[in-house]
Amino acid sequence: MTAAFKPKHQRLVLIVFALVAILIAGVLAAWALRNQASYFYIPSQIVANPPAADRNVRLGGMVKVGSLKTAPDGVTMHFVVFDGKGELPVTFQGLAPDLFKEGSGVVAEGHMMPDGTFMADNLLAKHDENYVPRELQDMTKEQARQAVAETK
Amino acid sequence: MIAELGLCALWLAAALAALQLVAAWLGQRAGGETLARIVRPAALVQALLCGLAFLMLLWVFARTDLSVKLVVENSGSDAPMIYKIAGAWGNHEGSMLLWITIMAVAGGLIALIEHRLPEKTMLATLGAQAFVGLGFYAFLLFASNPFARVIAPPADGDGLNPALQDIGLAMHPPTLYCGYVGLSIAFSFAVGALLTRQVTPDFARVMRPWILGAWIFLTLGITAGSYWSYYELGWGGWWFWDPVENASLMPWLAATALFHSASVLASRDALRTWTIMLGVIAFSMSMIGTFLVRSGILTSVHAFAVDPTRGTFILALLAINIGGALALFAARAGTIAEGERFAPLSREGALVINNVTLSAVLGIVLVGTLYPLLTEAFGLRVSVGPPYFNPVSMVFVTPMLIVLAIGPLLRWRRDSFARVRTPALLAAAAAVIALLAVWLVAGIALLPLLGLTLAAGVAVSAFMPLRGRSLRRLPLATCGMAISHFGIAVALFGMAVDTAFTVEKLTAAGVGDTVAVGPWEVRLTSVEPVAGPNWTALAGRLSASYRGGAAHELVPQSRTFWAPPQTTAESALLTRWNGQLYTVLGEQTQDGRWQLRLWWKPFVTFIWLGGVLIGLGGLLALIGRVAVDVRRRKAARRSATRKAEIAR
Repeated sequence: MTAAFKPKHQRLVLIVFALVAILIAGVLAAWALRNQASYFYIPSQIVANPPAADRNVRLGGMVKVGSLKTAPDGVTMHFVVFDGKGELPVTFQGLAPDLFKEGSGVVAEGHMMPDGTFMADNLLAKHDENYVPRELQDMTKEQARQAVAETK
Repeated sequence: MIAELGLCALWLAAALAALQLVAAWLGQRAGGETLARIVRPAALVQALLCGLAFLMLLWVFARTDLSVKLVVENSGSDAPMIYKIAGAWGNHEGSMLLWITIMAVAGGLIALIEHRLPEKTMLATLGAQAFVGLGFYAFLLFASNPFARVIAPPADGDGLNPALQDIGLAMHPPTLYCGYVGLSIAFSFAVGALLTRQVTPDFARVMRPWILGAWIFLTLGITAGSYWSYYELGWGGWWFWDPVENASLMPWLAATALFHSASVLASRDALRTWTIMLGVIAFSMSMIGTFLVRSGILTSVHAFAVDPTRGTFILALLAINIGGALALFAARAGTIAEGERFAPLSREGALVINNVTLSAVLGIVLVGTLYPLLTEAFGLRVSVGPPYFNPVSMVFVTPMLIVLAIGPLLRWRRDSFARVRTPALLAAAAAVIALLAVWLVAGIALLPLLGLTLAAGVAVSAFMPLRGRSLRRLPLATCGMAISHFGIAVALFGMAVDTAFTVEKLTAAGVGDTVAVGPWEVRLTSVEPVAGPNWTALAGRLSASYRGGAAHELVPQSRTFWAPPQTTAESALLTRWNGQLYTVLGEQTQDGRWQLRLWWKPFVTFIWLGGVLIGLGGLLALIGRVAVDVRRRKAARRSATRKAEIAR
């Protein structure tokens, strides 16, 4: 092994080393983002073009009034999320966020089941009076537009 | 009156920053010596004025002065005093005032105590500090005035967000800000050194305590923030890869790389341009973090501030500061002479790998954090979470930790494997034993298995540099390094064990029912209403016993605040040496049972214990470095006076 690089070479070697690391990091990141980023859907999109069952996605919409049912075990909930065009049954096991209720907006993180229902691992509801998840803000606008379009 | 006094002090401080910038600039020229003399006093007075403004803000919050808009929006008369005061920085305007106050105080401190660098470099540094400061003053004064009044004071304020009414969170922002803003000093030193082309070991020695100090605050801030979100949010997780968490992790990664490379520059006069570059990047990450949090562009449970004009303002500040510094770097980097040489297998070589892997992890976190914003511009909404961050960052964390085990054993300049074979083999043996033991006892996923293996290797190797050395003559900095590195192993152990062996139980239980979770038997004794100063709650009384032992009581609550109206779940935790029982009370079901969520989390506390150890190691290193500095300065002064005597 050579004892030490010549000054010019040492700087060059360091730069090349750093660039290679950045390149590897970049390629890895790009590859992982394509495969691991979870996409945001509204129910009509999922119904039209369901994502693969093992893929984590986010589902946003309104909780349909009258659809919320708690299973006998007391912790499993079934409800329907709709966006004006399509709707999707959702199952959730856990403690619902405090502001989660029928007729309000919700974002569910989870994946599709083979039977066509959505299994939610986590629910994001309105966090407090001022804070609305970004998806939900747009969602309700979309919602409003569709509602207007339907009543015309 | 108090509010106006605060605003007045803030304007004066901004004016002094402008004066400081101009004087530092003109003072560089021939004949500017008189002007140059006012730079240091200007920095000092600016710090005092900023401190005064911040005190005034604390005062109006302590007295709940409802004619001040910020108080109305973020405080209420019935909150406990500690949360009234914490309300001062638990909001956008107040936290930006805190930011600029810390920045001014840090600038004042270097003006007061730092006399080792050439005066021109110090002038350029203080000028750069004033330049960055001016941007934030403008932001405060024009876009987020904390002292704005309301025309008609209401009867009471809106109250502080209940999620923020917690002692951990009250102290969280000041701690993190000390870290964020401490890095501004490193940034200014880097710019000052570039402007005057004085990149020397002295520069690194002057910069190092500031980086270390900022880094300690960041470490403790991140640790505390992680523990806070763990018990407050009631999800039982300790790291969510939430953009706001990433915003504090990125400056930490950069600062970690920076003080490792600064130590190369200080000891060996190598990695000059690299250190300067990291100095620029570290504070850039602080500013990007602030932008992400404060502009409200993120989908995040933390994004309390939503205001696009402010976002644009901070973005412009970012572009000017980072763009300017990088342009200066590009122009000057080529003129900085190459530092000392070293062989690939040497302490320097190991630290280069440390730097490169840390930077790669930083890049991965940055890309993952910004990716959702990028795709949204193209109309595609995605979120990026643990399935991306965990495996991809592990690809670089693994070699980093292997080098962390070996690197501190190597000599500067050049070394051979043969010399470090024994300690390296010992560490490797520990890792392999851990791997086999865990593998045979329990089949667990790849990442936690890798984590446990690395934790064992790092834990053993952390103390190897102390081998065969007299503990009494050991430099404090070396001792600090060993403790910090050991802390990394401890935290990693906690993370891996929690990920692999947590037991969760979600159920609905009637009063009197017993639920088993891991080694625990938990009985729901009763559920009763309780009242606090600004909330009412339903409290579940749980009686828990570990492997049939004595019963401990836990009282998780479901709290309803009335200002602002909101319900939060207050978890209750029971800590043993080998883990925590985590309990959350949910809603009542239709048939009268109560939802309960229970976790047994073995060794989860090691995560934060490790974080504290890492910070403690940093503190020891800081004390050691400063003590050596002080001794060196005294010796220099003594020899100077002796020389003067001999000359006479």
